[in-house]
Amino acid sequence: MIEFINIGKQFGENKVLSEVSHVMQTGKCNLIIGTSGSGKTVLQKCLVGLFEPDRGEIFYDGISFTEMNNQSRKGLRQQIGMLFQGSALFDSLTVEQNIMFPLEMFSKMNYGEKKIRVNEVLARVNLEDANNKFPSELSGGMKKRVGIARAIVLNPKYLFCDEPNSGLDPQTSLVIDKLIFDITKEFNMTTVINTHDMNSVMEIGENILYMYQGKKEWTGNNEEIIFSKNERLNEFIFASKFLQDAKDMRMLEAKGIISDDRNMEEILKNGDKLSN
Amino acid sequence: MEFFTHFGRYLIMLKGMFTKPENTKMYWKEFMRQCVDIGIGSLGIVSIISVFIGAVSAVQTSYQLVSPLIPTETIALIVRDTVILEFSPTLVCIVLAGVIGSKIASELGNMRVSEQIDALEIMGINTKAYLILPKIAAAMLTIPLLVIISMVLGIWGGRLAGVASGIISSDAFDRGLLTKFIPYNVTFALIKSYTFAFIITSIPSYYGYYVKGGALEIGRSSTKSVVVSCIMLLFADYVLTQLLLTH
Repeated sequence: MIEFINIGKQFGENKVLSEVSHVMQTGKCNLIIGTSGSGKTVLQKCLVGLFEPDRGEIFYDGISFTEMNNQSRKGLRQQIGMLFQGSALFDSLTVEQNIMFPLEMFSKMNYGEKKIRVNEVLARVNLEDANNKFPSELSGGMKKRVGIARAIVLNPKYLFCDEPNSGLDPQTSLVIDKLIFDITKEFNMTTVINTHDMNSVMEIGENILYMYQGKKEWTGNNEEIIFSKNERLNEFIFASKFLQDAKDMRMLEAKGIISDDRNMEEILKNGDKLSN
Repeated sequence: MEFFTHFGRYLIMLKGMFTKPENTKMYWKEFMRQCVDIGIGSLGIVSIISVFIGAVSAVQTSYQLVSPLIPTETIALIVRDTVILEFSPTLVCIVLAGVIGSKIASELGNMRVSEQIDALEIMGINTKAYLILPKIAAAMLTIPLLVIISMVLGIWGGRLAGVASGIISSDAFDRGLLTKFIPYNVTFALIKSYTFAFIITSIPSYYGYYVKGGALEIGRSSTKSVVVSCIMLLFADYVLTQLLLTH
């Protein structure tokens, strides 16, 4: 569990985060969503210690991160895995070397054991044959999967993902979402995902924090978000006509007006009920 | 004011390099990789430059020594001293500032922009110690060696050009080399090369490590790092000469 209380951060005169508090739950996919510039990346960077917050406190399973010295932070960071927006793979290393890097730095395993562990995590992300490829030879989706494999190779307790679906097609995005979701459940991790991908919100958003202009605007899960009356949230989530329609459809489903295996005839027949 | 901000941050960066390594074996591996990159990687260009520096200085010295009262051995003496005192340590390091400096700044800059440095930080690695210290240490080991090789090749180049163009006989050149040789000059050249090695790796590391933006900024910071390194190198050259060669 990661809890943060009244986190504030500003760069010069620009106030990016204003007293944000929330609890990221263990074993769940915790999403931070918001428009570009809403402060979600800065919040995530504060949580992992890449930025120092100006105010507030961060607790990892009850232990204050803000008051930790560098040595304790180093120790904690070995329990943190992070998937970066651009995957952040080391260009000069192969996939295998990339994943083996944290093991070489922090574990006392011999080469054979490390190799077995690398193959395990590669199999977990469905990339069995990519050991000797360089990052430049991989597609965007494959890079993300290697990034995930590297993030989980040390069995972290906390997984942070910054825009895991950026630059990916919708189908690959779903694969990545499902992978992150399954890994979270399998290893009972506290996963924090920074996203503005609506598919992710609907598919894996078990605990959602919506940020607006550096402030906490709304919290809930992917079911509650459909029925939210928060105007700013609705404007953000259901920005297009298509998404608005999808929301209406989910509401009809929830009200039992149409069934989950709906067809167009049924929808057209019930169209009036929706407008009421 | 901006100068002090940069200088302060540069000092903080240097201070941040000295922490206990997370894994000594990995640091050693990185140090050896940098030794190969900086040392072996620069050997070709250093050799070519050195031979031509020596050759040109031999020909130019003979062109300027028009008096028949001056013995031809003087050409070898002048070639030797200019190569050892100035050409090998300074000129070679200026070239290396371009070759190594731009490489270091762009490598670190690219790692910063593509979040690879952040990825290392998240893993709990001191990135200043892991990425910058091995580069500086490797340069301080290999660049003085390169300078020694450059001295030998420079003098050999002068001899080759002098003999080939009929300016001086090989015997006269060898006699001239041994005339009034001051071993302290080599010590002075090595002190300079250690200082220059530090300058041409730490300044580009600073510019690369703290780069902000994208590809354009990486290019800019790489160019800036080479310019600043060269200026600082020439300034250090003057200061060291003033301190160590004037009595």
